[in-house]
Amino acid sequence: MLSIESFVAISLIKTVIALFVLLTAVAYTVWLERKVVGHMQNRWGPTRVGPFGLLQPLADGVKFMFKEDLIPPHVYKPLYMAAPMLAVVFALTSIAVIPVGNSISIGGIQTSLQIADVNIGLLIILGVTSLGVYGVALAGWSSNSKYSLLGGLRASAQMVSYEIALGLSLVGVLILSGSLSLREIVDAQSGTYWGVLPRWNIFPQFIAFFIYLMAAYAETNRIPFDLPEAETELVAGYHTEYSAMKFAMFFMAEYANMITVACVASLLFLGGWHGPRFGPPLLQAILPVFWFALRIFGFLFVYIWIRGTLPRFRYDQLMAFGWKFLLPLAIANLVVTALVVAIQS
Amino acid sequence: MQPVATTFFFYFLSGITVLSGILVITRNNAVHSALALILGLLAQAGLYLMLYAPFVAGVQIILYAGGIMVLFLFVIMLVNLERAQKEEQFNKQWLVGLLAAVALGGLLFAVYVKGGTLFTEHIAQPVENSNTQQIGVMLYGNYMFAFEIASLLLLVAIIGAVVMAKKRI
Amino acid sequence: MGDQITKDPASFISHLELDQPDKTFLDSNELIINMGPQHPATHGVLRVILKLDGEKVLGTECVIGYLHRGVEKIAEHRTYTMFNPYVDRMDYVAAVSNGLGYCEAVEKLMNVQAPPRANYIRVILTELNRLASHQLWLGTHALDIGAMTPLFYTFRDREEILKIFEKYCGARLTTHAFRIGGCLYETYDGFEQDVKKFIDFLPPKIDEYEELLTTNRIWVERTKGVGKITAADCVALGVTGPVLRASGVKWDLRKAQPYAAYSEFDFDIPIGQSGDTYDRYLVRMEEMRQSLRIIRQAVERIPEGPIMAKVPKVIKPAVGEIYHSIEAPKGELGYFIVSDGSTQPYRIRVRPPSFVNLQALDLMVRGQLVADVIAVIGTLDIVLGEVDR
Repeated sequence: MLSIESFVAISLIKTVIALFVLLTAVAYTVWLERKVVGHMQNRWGPTRVGPFGLLQPLADGVKFMFKEDLIPPHVYKPLYMAAPMLAVVFALTSIAVIPVGNSISIGGIQTSLQIADVNIGLLIILGVTSLGVYGVALAGWSSNSKYSLLGGLRASAQMVSYEIALGLSLVGVLILSGSLSLREIVDAQSGTYWGVLPRWNIFPQFIAFFIYLMAAYAETNRIPFDLPEAETELVAGYHTEYSAMKFAMFFMAEYANMITVACVASLLFLGGWHGPRFGPPLLQAILPVFWFALRIFGFLFVYIWIRGTLPRFRYDQLMAFGWKFLLPLAIANLVVTALVVAIQS
Repeated sequence: MQPVATTFFFYFLSGITVLSGILVITRNNAVHSALALILGLLAQAGLYLMLYAPFVAGVQIILYAGGIMVLFLFVIMLVNLERAQKEEQFNKQWLVGLLAAVALGGLLFAVYVKGGTLFTEHIAQPVENSNTQQIGVMLYGNYMFAFEIASLLLLVAIIGAVVMAKKRI
Repeated sequence: MGDQITKDPASFISHLELDQPDKTFLDSNELIINMGPQHPATHGVLRVILKLDGEKVLGTECVIGYLHRGVEKIAEHRTYTMFNPYVDRMDYVAAVSNGLGYCEAVEKLMNVQAPPRANYIRVILTELNRLASHQLWLGTHALDIGAMTPLFYTFRDREEILKIFEKYCGARLTTHAFRIGGCLYETYDGFEQDVKKFIDFLPPKIDEYEELLTTNRIWVERTKGVGKITAADCVALGVTGPVLRASGVKWDLRKAQPYAAYSEFDFDIPIGQSGDTYDRYLVRMEEMRQSLRIIRQAVERIPEGPIMAKVPKVIKPAVGEIYHSIEAPKGELGYFIVSDGSTQPYRIRVRPPSFVNLQALDLMVRGQLVADVIAVIGTLDIVLGEVDR
């Protein structure tokens, strides 16, 4: 049992590291997106700042910080200021419960690669992401602009609708693994089926994975569900009136959310950090984290790929898709999973 | 881990809950009221956590703060607020309000005074690890009938809302 | 103009008789949205005032004139020759077509016939321009609906056309390719090879665009049944071009009133049935293929000979008036020229396809959603330079 002081100290160190890694990942996801979409579209993407444009995120960050922070005259200021902060805070909070690997021991202290190992980790992620909608909704309302309001309304309706399908798609996995703790869910996926197929939840739960994929795109407002910020309809949707760092915060929130859903998908469906381990002890310790990162990268790549391929849904089609297709499918999947588990046990 | 500073967190969260409750009914702007309500609900979730009921806390956040209140906000944003703001805030039914307040206050006071003797057996046990499972067993086992009745009630309410809101069905 | 910008948007739309929003127990707001003149999807400086019930469009009103340069008035103070480059600035994505229409109108007024070789060069360049215009339309239309990649594909391939233009006359966009009486420039060495290479290069690229969109379910759902317009409405509003043809009317001036050398080529007029955005998309895609067919025939059969008719140094048509129209990529482009016998036109009136087609916007979007307005503006394929002149 650790003392309170060392617990706080270790948690603090882990938080700092996790935040640093997450924010760097956010910046480089933007770079990756620009690069990948660029190559899909006969362009180069960023090339000027640093080798392969690798310093572009840094340059963007500096630019955002030094831009004039415009506040339009008719906004409702307290909420206008708070909205981007809410968005980014909720987006960053969920990383706290995400485990990135087994526990390690440094200097005799055994610690898990996770800021907070709580037994309702998944619920916390769902709760925090469901709160993230307030950043968007309040930004839309407080901007006092019709485009922003429409964007905010679309966002809140869309996120609330798809949250249900998202949550239900995860319940199937929960039934299989019998826990809400992310660590236990991952541990339940170790081993193989019939000695060849890894025991990942994506195989018995591929319908749930499909639903999760769709709902996650909608939750993070990405193409083909990027209606809240559909630039050709609503100019920029809820963040039309934002500039400089406040705009950057929405941007960061969006990409941090992308990474979060990628993490959840990896943990719940793709076996988390499981993968071949070989080599010297140090490599053995690092490999799980690498496998986990690889899955996240793959998921993000699919995100970007979709963005380069698909057009955007219309609002009514989006709602119909969510309520009339994804939700019944999720419920059916849930019932079948529960039935199979009940018969087996 | 043993819990730390429980007294502080209890009064802190309770204070937020009470304060936001007052804000909900005194704010002119409906959006502000809704935001205060969300804050209150979040503080309540914190209180559930302190009672070793993490599942209830999580569901409270997801459903109430993250779901229902978003819809509240959604509707408030849509409807005409300017007119509602100009209207006088407190209505004239202060007598009924007073009676209700006195009754509720009395109840609360009674529970506060006699609580220790009334609920001796049900002091919460730290059942953190199996909390979710216990709730499941309770809901779908012991209280199945009550649960189904509550579901039915909600369904009726949904149908009523649809009928009221939609001109053509 | 200043008045127009500061005026309350609601006052533009107040004269329209519109459906009232569905009354419910919630007192929901009618929203009046000012889309444009600075808006990413209005293709320039179009300003559309939208009256919305939630996301449903109750009515629209277009406010135009932000790009008005008085082209028609300028014509009255320029000689016929001097005015020629101005027409390129109207529909700047199809400058060659504009030039062709103007030159032919003046030729008709003067009773001059461009020599056959000039006519063939004109057809090749105009059809190339139609391809360029349609490619730009496809790219921006897809971008409006949210598909980003087609834009870059079409711009990549449009570049090849612009290269041919540049080699031919030095300019890429506002080409001023033709002169009254024929062409100023003979084709450059290797022109025919370049064009042949291009017509072999493009068909697989068109297939590539179609692969991304034609059977894409989201694309189909976003365009099918959106912005429907009947043939009768098209005719009543004077709508022409692919919009008219997608409603099922087989009307193409290249066939109906052949000009230049079009009567000598074999090509089909694609028509649609339902007159929705998806049909217009299919019609334009097919038109691109038909254009390639025309170019192939033209470049194979291009005759030798002079490229300029006998035209006096000073162009001075006799007193009279003429209306001549051609099938521009966007519809019927007509020039009405009144001559008072001097070196300058007494009056020129342009009948731009975009301006007339834009009238149909309100009819096409009523009762649909905001996102459909964007799709319909895209599918009408308007160029504000031509709407405002």
